[in-house]
Amino acid sequence: MFEAEYDVVIVGGGPAGMAAAVGAAQNGAERIALIERDDELGGILQQCIHNGFGLHRFGEELTGPQYAGRFIRQVAEYPNIEVFLDTTVLEVTPEKQVYTVNPQRGIGRFQAKAVVLAMGCRERSRGAIAIPGHRPAGVFTAGTAQRMVNREGYLPGKRVVILGSGDIGLIMARRLTLEGAEVAAVLEIMPYSNGLTRNIVQCLEDFDIPLYLSHTVTAVKGAARVTEVTCAAVDEELKPIPGTEFAIACDCLLLSVGLIPENELSRSLGIEFDRRTGGPVVDQTRQTSAAGFFAAGNVLHVHDLVDWVSAESETAGRSAARYARGLRAAAGRLVRVEAGSGVRVVVPQRIDCAAAGEYIELYCRVASPERNLTLALTAGGRTLFAQRLPLAKPSEMATLKVPKDCLGENPPEAITLVVKHADRGEEI
Amino acid sequence: MNKTRKITCIVCPLGCEGEVRLDQEGNVTTDGFTCKRGLSYAREELTAPKRMLTTTVRVAGGDRLLPVVSDRPLPKDKIRECARLLTAVTVEAPVAEGQVICPDILGLGVNIIASREIKGAAG
Repeated sequence: MFEAEYDVVIVGGGPAGMAAAVGAAQNGAERIALIERDDELGGILQQCIHNGFGLHRFGEELTGPQYAGRFIRQVAEYPNIEVFLDTTVLEVTPEKQVYTVNPQRGIGRFQAKAVVLAMGCRERSRGAIAIPGHRPAGVFTAGTAQRMVNREGYLPGKRVVILGSGDIGLIMARRLTLEGAEVAAVLEIMPYSNGLTRNIVQCLEDFDIPLYLSHTVTAVKGAARVTEVTCAAVDEELKPIPGTEFAIACDCLLLSVGLIPENELSRSLGIEFDRRTGGPVVDQTRQTSAAGFFAAGNVLHVHDLVDWVSAESETAGRSAARYARGLRAAAGRLVRVEAGSGVRVVVPQRIDCAAAGEYIELYCRVASPERNLTLALTAGGRTLFAQRLPLAKPSEMATLKVPKDCLGENPPEAITLVVKHADRGEEI
Repeated sequence: MNKTRKITCIVCPLGCEGEVRLDQEGNVTTDGFTCKRGLSYAREELTAPKRMLTTTVRVAGGDRLLPVVSDRPLPKDKIRECARLLTAVTVEAPVAEGQVICPDILGLGVNIIASREIKGAAG
């Protein structure tokens, strides 16, 4: 069995894992293992061939492979980052042993001082959203179709219906059109799109692809292959309205219906999870409830911009390096951060006062699209900090830079993030 | 020629919705856009809309495709034609990131470049 000891072991070589490795290397970790099951680094970026990545990070618009390339080259600059490709992690133990398997080395055991979980997320599938009907070939998740088209060179269908208007679905509508397929319709169960405005304009409107808001697929038909889907309008409770059904002939149905953090490996650690994000509960250093285990990127909460994945993962890598070097102070007072009225998720869910710098950055998503709103951090009815925003959407993560001082000398046990509207007379 | 179009601005996340008009003398007037960048985007959308193109080309002997990108935006009405033309292109590995794959596509003064590296043989 292959055995080795490392300061920091990182599970996953996508954008999160690469940035965590660089963050750890820049902060004095001596031996770093970056473990990736694919045959190259980069993760999902390598199949996201469209541009629009890196505007915040690099001040220019890159394609997914270009963004990945910048980090792959950065990782290569640090001789103390060892990259293990074709290596699948089988188990992570509470004692920080990471068991792997690889075709050449067989079973491996990496003993870590600190572990960064960076496994990313998976797509919600047809089973997960329970679409009734036949079970023919031709139903794929949008990301699977993206891999087929962009890496392997196959078209998943010639006449396609896309369920869900998340960005991957919108991007695939354009991609399939450019490759010669016909996209008959995009259906969205919500009354608003979950994708970026830019993608609605450039992926659908540019190609005259119809978007049906407040609509869903109620049945899939076809024996060997999809031949038609039944669509219907939905009411305010998202239930199909009888009598509104119509059929669209197609040979392919793509699902772009959400992403779920991939925490199969983290479950066995006995760490605390956040039901709203689907990922571990972390503090601002991205340490989970188990000391020395850190999490960052889509395994923690699903991001919409890779730029924030990189920033968050550098934080996790830096924190892991400090932990491995014995530089992390004993935990101070822990303040719970809760998502209140109008807020769907907030990360981190804890503030460790002993580890806090001058500012604490909160990432959050609102529950519904809002204009002229205020994000307010409250405790016991008191507002500790407030920030006005001209616009917030569930699909676009908002960031809030909170000065540590607003927690006061004697920080409360819990603080709650809420959405308020000054123009509706709500007190801020 | 008179032209009027409703346009959703994509310059920033605010997504202003406005209207752009082109009159017979070629004057452009707008309504509903709230910043200079939005105004110039709206004008360009009506007069000469442009888009970046990303697609793939085949790699000889390889089992994966090479992703490519235009080095500048192309006229929107040429996007499909350019994508069609690139389906016939095959490149030889190795390929360096940024390498020109199709110079001056359709004589539009825009190069199509590789957006990643492909290593030789094993690549």
